[in-house]
Amino acid sequence: MLYQIKKVIFVIFLHIFLMSVALSCIFPFIWMMNVSLETQTQYDQDYGLRPVTNPNFQNYKTVIIDEGFWRYFLNSFVYTFVTVIFIVLVSSLAAYAFSRLNFPGKNFIFYMFLAAMMIPLPAGFVPVYTLLQQFGLLNRTGYVLAMTNIGLSISIYLLKTFFDQLPRDLEDAAKIDGCSKLQTWWHVGLPLVMPALGVVIIFNALNVWNEFVLASLMFSKDSYMPLQAGLMQFSGKMVTEHTLIMAALTVAALPIIFLYLKMQKQFVRGLTAGAVVG
Amino acid sequence: MKASLKDNTASFSFVLPALLIFLVFYVYPFFYSFVLSLTDYSLIGKFNFKNSFVGLQNFKDLLVDIDWWKSFYNAGFITFFALTFQNILALLLALAVDKVIRMRKFYRVVFFILPVLSEIIIGLLMKQFMLSEPTGRDVLNNILNNIGLGFMAQDWIAGHNVRLITALVHCWKGFGWAFVILLAGLQSIPDQLYEAARIDGANTWQQFCKITMPLLMPVSTLVMVLTILGTMQAFAMILALNQGAGGETTVPVMIIYNHLGTGQAGLACAEGLILGAILVVVSFTMFYVSKIIREKYGVVPN
Amino acid sequence: MKLLKFILLLLISGTMVIGCHQSKPKENKIVIWHWITDRRDAFDFLAQKYKEETGIEVEFKLFFPPDIYGQKVIAAARAGTLPDIFGILGEKKTVARFIQAGHILDLTAVMQDDNLSWKSKFYPQTLEVTEFSDDNTYDVKPGIYGVPIDTNVMQFVYNKKLFQAAGLDPKKSPKTVDEFVSYAKTIQEKTGEVGFISGWGEGWLLHALAVEWAINIMGEKKFIDTIEGKVSYMDEEWVKVFSLFERLRNENIFPANIATMTNKEAEDAFAKDKAGFSFNGSWSVNVYSQINPEIDYAFFSLPVVEVANQVKVWGGAGSVFRVNADSPNKDKAIDFLRWISDRQQQDYLVVETNNLAANRYCEKSLPPVLKDLTKSFNSFTHPDNWRLNEDARVIETFNKGLQQIVMGLKTAQDVAKEVQNKKEKVTR
Repeated sequence: MLYQIKKVIFVIFLHIFLMSVALSCIFPFIWMMNVSLETQTQYDQDYGLRPVTNPNFQNYKTVIIDEGFWRYFLNSFVYTFVTVIFIVLVSSLAAYAFSRLNFPGKNFIFYMFLAAMMIPLPAGFVPVYTLLQQFGLLNRTGYVLAMTNIGLSISIYLLKTFFDQLPRDLEDAAKIDGCSKLQTWWHVGLPLVMPALGVVIIFNALNVWNEFVLASLMFSKDSYMPLQAGLMQFSGKMVTEHTLIMAALTVAALPIIFLYLKMQKQFVRGLTAGAVVG
Repeated sequence: MKASLKDNTASFSFVLPALLIFLVFYVYPFFYSFVLSLTDYSLIGKFNFKNSFVGLQNFKDLLVDIDWWKSFYNAGFITFFALTFQNILALLLALAVDKVIRMRKFYRVVFFILPVLSEIIIGLLMKQFMLSEPTGRDVLNNILNNIGLGFMAQDWIAGHNVRLITALVHCWKGFGWAFVILLAGLQSIPDQLYEAARIDGANTWQQFCKITMPLLMPVSTLVMVLTILGTMQAFAMILALNQGAGGETTVPVMIIYNHLGTGQAGLACAEGLILGAILVVVSFTMFYVSKIIREKYGVVPN
Repeated sequence: MKLLKFILLLLISGTMVIGCHQSKPKENKIVIWHWITDRRDAFDFLAQKYKEETGIEVEFKLFFPPDIYGQKVIAAARAGTLPDIFGILGEKKTVARFIQAGHILDLTAVMQDDNLSWKSKFYPQTLEVTEFSDDNTYDVKPGIYGVPIDTNVMQFVYNKKLFQAAGLDPKKSPKTVDEFVSYAKTIQEKTGEVGFISGWGEGWLLHALAVEWAINIMGEKKFIDTIEGKVSYMDEEWVKVFSLFERLRNENIFPANIATMTNKEAEDAFAKDKAGFSFNGSWSVNVYSQINPEIDYAFFSLPVVEVANQVKVWGGAGSVFRVNADSPNKDKAIDFLRWISDRQQQDYLVVETNNLAANRYCEKSLPPVLKDLTKSFNSFTHPDNWRLNEDARVIETFNKGLQQIVMGLKTAQDVAKEVQNKKEKVTR
């Protein structure tokens, strides 16, 4: 009996601890959304700490339409989408070759990629920026290519390891059926490696979506800015329009949070992919 | 059977796109930055190695540059907090979540929200939350005053404790990620081990010391390596939160970013190389240490 | 092969989505890049007017914020895509690099043509900023390399409404630092608003004020001597300069987060009657009136430390337009700049955008709040006019040091030592 009570108290204690941390994670976001629905006068009075009764959506309209957040959004989406497609194609081709095909210098090249993963170019944006500047590539193409490079090594490694664990039977069958190497990769290799591709996609998509440094250095045109750089710029411009900034932050955060709640398993796997590799 | 040339070429063409991108965007910049670091190239006008060559001057200047090394101190300070406070918190949370049965999934989902969001969002949000009058609304201090913790009220954005606060915000954003890895490590420890220990009469603390800790060791080293690498290079959050607060929270990457933005490309490259060299040394040391630990405690639980 | 085609299609469509851009400037159109947000409409109006008068199309392109603008210009110079007319944000050394790289047209000849008809329109102090003198240390051929659009002065402002509320005489601005501090404290006590605010997160604002005080304390000659390395930053009088900021901190007259505050934030707060004093450029007149048309305030000259000594004011050209030396439209660009510095256009800019003109015959159209400032024109000082300028890295340490004093983390003594240390290392 005593043991039972002790245990219940212990569990309650644990929940209090966990709950308080969980609250610290959730509260700022609820506050953020609450403020974004207030007017500046309301916010000045209650600091966003009282739940809004008459939500005001004007802030969202201003942010999304007048301040062009739809464009930042679209840009981020396009950069993310294109970069991820590039990475998936390029890295799965390479990983397939590293795992299944033979050619001279294979190991050397693979270890080169591996080394690049171990030695991330810290502040690598400096040489990349100067390089892009030199070639007149300070534009969307340059950005997508540079971002593709950033995700490449780790994706190749993840996919290669996965390929290595798969049996070769299916591919052998395909070969006998007269498929070329490229066809085999497309029809057999890619479908098999789907589960790992999920991780690669999420990992890289988040990486590109949340990237700020290179984008803010590269793009001087407002119409090229992705979301993170746009957010930073917006907050510099609107410094004291608190409710507008909150609306902008909400616009930037909510879709990712929703997506995360829908696919949280994949997100966790994707984000911890870096750890798995280490 | 020797593969034909055609066959080899076909196979090689599979890695060609990756190789090309890699050569252009990693290998070439890598060496290019060595060249640039020996110059005072300002990004204005054509790059002329001979005219802008300054030898090792950039490195010499940096070696005795207080601001530069102070930024390392700042980054090191934040890293120290991330290593200790953040990771211990993550471990405690992981242990707790591992123990409770109800709401386990809820906690796991909630704790991982912050790592999913960008550093900019977190930085700007916290700035709005903590900024004092007249530019902000002092929300955090207001809350503290209302719940009777008024003694904690202070200037959060540019006060005396700005470095500590920046470190705490960084930990707050990052703990979820360490938590998830540690939890995975915990859950991979077979229950039978604990049962056997209980039968042998071991109490909870003994179980923790004799089973949990050793088996969690490899995962923990991993978390530590990644924490160091991630924190030393973090900067967007700090930029959004307090822009370096007069050098108090300026980190190396921020200095590099500023120098590049003002056209001091040669200097920025030299700084990037120094930071890179230090990080490579740190991470290899850590990997070496983790290898020893792994050998001592067995392989990583999968 | 189907698959290859598919991949190719994907790649091509990808590049198409991301690759279409860079419209080449039209040959017969003058393109101007600038960063001056608050003058966007006025510039567009002038462009329209110019087209009506001459048939030549002019396009003003605005880039915001300023640091992005700076990168944009550097990148464009590298890629050879600079517009016909552009501004450069940065110290004189950066301008010199652009000139050395052949990007900026030397305007000396056209300025002096026709008996100095163009050159003589400007305030000499304003034009001086665009000049490289015969003994310049930047390794640039002496000459005039830009056209100033306006004049800027860094001055203190005070809020008359808060003065009244605090029982102070709104006609009487503080003359000395002591007075300034006591007024600021009175305002804080009586109104509950902050005494002083300024965007000191942006180091150069802090720097400009420190320079003004330094010159008041030690005189311009000793100040320049410091840059030349003849006087140490640990000199007693320099420590006195740094101590001023320590004093302001100890008197507690500004918000604690001033060291991370952007100018924009400070302007917003001042315009909304939330601060008694501020230190800002004369461009702020337009900013303040845009935020709060009702605001009642005035400029006043530096609260001095040494009443007997000279007072120099950080001032000169605000924005300078440069002509791209490689532009096929050079002559048209020059004509346009000559037109925009004419009295009529300058008058329009003064009235519409509340800035001090670069043209010296426009004083009649100045609003009262700006008229006061013309008194200070004879005591201008500006880094671009000094024979040589402090190394950027020393300035960086100087500004960060001041920010740390303001945050209460360092003493004046510490900072003086650090700055001198840096100076010795850099100039070694």
